[in-house]
Amino acid sequence: MLIRTFVPRFFIKIKGVNTLVKDKSVLEMRNIHKSFPGVRALQGVDFTLCEGEIHALMGENGAGKSTLIKVLTGVYGKDEGQIFLKGTDNEVSIHSPQDAQRLGISTVYQEITLCPNLSVAENMYIGRTEGIGQNWKKMNRDADKILQSLDIPAKSTQQLASCSIAVQQMVAIARAVDMDCKVLILDEPTSSLDEQEVAKLFKLMRELKAKGVGIIFVTHFLDQVYEVCDKITVLRDGQLVGEYEIKELPRVQLVSKMLGKDLDDMSDIRSESATYDKEDASTLVFEANELVSDAGIKPFDFYIKKGEVNGFTGLLGSGRSECVRAIFGADRVLGGTVKKNGKTVKITKPLDAMKNGIAYLPEDRKVDGIVGDLSVRENIILALQVLKGFFKPFSKAETYKFAEEYIKLLGIKTASADTPIKSLSGGNQQKAILARWLLMNPEYLILDEPTRGIDVGTKVDIQKLVLKLASEGMSVTFISSETDEMLRTCSRLIVMRDRKVVGELSGDDLSQNKIMSTIAGGGRE
Amino acid sequence: MQTNTQKPGIGKVGTKIFRQQIFIPIAALLLLAIFNLIRDPSFYKITFGYNNLGDPVLSGSLINILDYGSELAILAIGMTLVTAASGGQDISVGAAMAISGSVVLRVLCGTNTRPETLQAPIIVAFLVSCVVAMLFGAFNGVLVAYFKIQPMVATLILFTAGRSIAAWINNNELPIISDPSFGYWGGFIPGIPIPTPFFIAVACMIIIALVLRFTNLGLYTQAVGINESSSKLNGLNPAFIKFLSFVILGLCVAVTGFIKVSRFSTINYSVIAKDIEMDAILAVALGGNPLGGGKFNISASIIGAYVIQFLTTTLYALKVPSDALPAYKAVVVIILVVLSTPIVREWLNNLWKKMKSKQIKEVA
Repeated sequence: MLIRTFVPRFFIKIKGVNTLVKDKSVLEMRNIHKSFPGVRALQGVDFTLCEGEIHALMGENGAGKSTLIKVLTGVYGKDEGQIFLKGTDNEVSIHSPQDAQRLGISTVYQEITLCPNLSVAENMYIGRTEGIGQNWKKMNRDADKILQSLDIPAKSTQQLASCSIAVQQMVAIARAVDMDCKVLILDEPTSSLDEQEVAKLFKLMRELKAKGVGIIFVTHFLDQVYEVCDKITVLRDGQLVGEYEIKELPRVQLVSKMLGKDLDDMSDIRSESATYDKEDASTLVFEANELVSDAGIKPFDFYIKKGEVNGFTGLLGSGRSECVRAIFGADRVLGGTVKKNGKTVKITKPLDAMKNGIAYLPEDRKVDGIVGDLSVRENIILALQVLKGFFKPFSKAETYKFAEEYIKLLGIKTASADTPIKSLSGGNQQKAILARWLLMNPEYLILDEPTRGIDVGTKVDIQKLVLKLASEGMSVTFISSETDEMLRTCSRLIVMRDRKVVGELSGDDLSQNKIMSTIAGGGRE
Repeated sequence: MQTNTQKPGIGKVGTKIFRQQIFIPIAALLLLAIFNLIRDPSFYKITFGYNNLGDPVLSGSLINILDYGSELAILAIGMTLVTAASGGQDISVGAAMAISGSVVLRVLCGTNTRPETLQAPIIVAFLVSCVVAMLFGAFNGVLVAYFKIQPMVATLILFTAGRSIAAWINNNELPIISDPSFGYWGGFIPGIPIPTPFFIAVACMIIIALVLRFTNLGLYTQAVGINESSSKLNGLNPAFIKFLSFVILGLCVAVTGFIKVSRFSTINYSVIAKDIEMDAILAVALGGNPLGGGKFNISASIIGAYVIQFLTTTLYALKVPSDALPAYKAVVVIILVVLSTPIVREWLNNLWKKMKSKQIKEVA
């Protein structure tokens, strides 16, 4: 509980000095501000990178990581602040990605941005040749030399597409390194790699580190941060939380800093949900064994009882949504079995799941939820209509009856049932989508981030509704980024880290502290 | 009535009319009608006579519009669905009509290119051409829905190859049907002075109205066109809906191809239904349907089809030389299409509101 006091604040704010403060630093960003209409994405963020250092940039969604990277690489202009680089006495100005590259700042993105149909060497030298002539032999020889020196298992004449994704990523890094980069930014490079490929990438990163390159590593995999990084800078809501030595920042602390909740002052909110945890509700409704989909999650087991509210928790990208999407058949299911009331059922597409009484409110309301140009009424009846069948449309009168009923029941604020749903506010859109699934009267309702981006009043409404539905016997899985909310509604939490289930909490274990330590892994210390 | 209602009331009605998608094609139709009335009232003259078979027929510009506009109207039905579901257009319609027309002739002629009698019942020939046209529609549909090729690129294949395939079906010969009963479908049924294509179009409209009423085709197509990902999570199969829309268009193509060959009782592979796909797409656009897919209104497309034919006939009446016709047509079409965009509709709407409020102030 007093861990925080042990963490020395390495970060020292220095103002009014116009050269690099530390001898060893290659990059300093000071007091960076950047606003977008309606959002202050960065508010006075400082960032320092030293030579031969792997520096993790951490933060939840919307913390400002990518904005900071984009300011540094010239994709966005900064509103305020200064950037210093080693070797330049004065502040540098970066107006375009080309500027950044010339100054020795290279970026390797999550998606490969090379040309798959060219050879490895061509990819390494594309856009960098001088004059008209091209000495292909020399180019290939140089490329091989670099590949060898970095121990990258690829040949210069090989077509890039024939290499694995990891090797392609390494080629992108090799290209960056060969361009004499001082600062290498790796933006979530590992998300499409398997474990062995990640290991190879880390080896390469360590070699570059030994050569004195400063590496900024953006990732949401905690294990990887602790495996390879030296320092961590944490951002939250566009503000700097702090810069820490990796050894001095236990995982629990990191998680608490990212989420913005201190371990000490996190009061345990004992949920009222215990009262809804009925004794007779012990029958398993759905059960999944070794379920795995093509969305990159590890196989997981899962069950839900009648009238139970459970939840998936974990950091962003830990695979929460992917798990429920696998249960609903929204991603391609690769293996595992699902049982309903003890009988095996086959769920390969959403319609199968719906026929088995499963409803799924997706995470991204705009992309996966609403059908924007259709009316509120059509949006509400859509799922039930699809379930009823192509040749059995509801009469207009019936659809109005359904829509009016749920508009009233959930208090959806809309001019009429015929208003296009896209003109409603976020919260009311969400309620309409919720109405769509409630109309289906499902046995099992999956709510993925139902409260994101909606006002507080509606949030509470939705939480209350969930508890009410559960008390009436509906099974609910509730996913939210806000742990308070999960604690208030769920009686059992499944904890995820790095795309696998790492624990399950229920009863007295349901507390902020316990959740965080489980997310972080390796216990409380 | 109007004098009794209050001014704001009229304003409200006005706003509603402007907001209706169907407003622009109807307004265009009225404008063309009024223009012709002022220019030359004899445009509307309909004469009753007998054709060379001795059957009673009506003739005149309006009959002409009903006759040829009907082909376009049938195509517009299918094109609207394809546009709504896939967010793209089928440009192989004319070539596919050549194929299905060629199939009709092939079945009716058998091995002889100039048969004395029909070698098969007309209905059989029609049904075979329906199957063939739907298969070609399915071909386009598979490319678009399952291989995710841009509709225009996918249908470019058939657009390029279609007329050769049509010629190949009849060994590049020009069959001629002499049996007069085959000509009824593109001309006149004995005793009925109104051109048959109009009745066929009405039948198609009734069928599509019934389909939209008694199935979920409309809802599904719109949902898929607006948000594919969300439709999928609601249990729909977006690929199949897109595929289906192309098959339906194939059926429309078979019907219009049949009318076309019936009109001439023969076929000219390189000329038949040339550029008709562009008119069909225009009909959809004129109807105010977003060409990027999503919401649709088939009635508006059908009226759009008749507007295009009205325009063509008007230009002919104006004695515009036929090689200059497309240019004149383009000018009018661009005006109509711009007017039917939501942006202009909204702007007109606001203008109307302002005018009304001014009037009210003046009255006060």
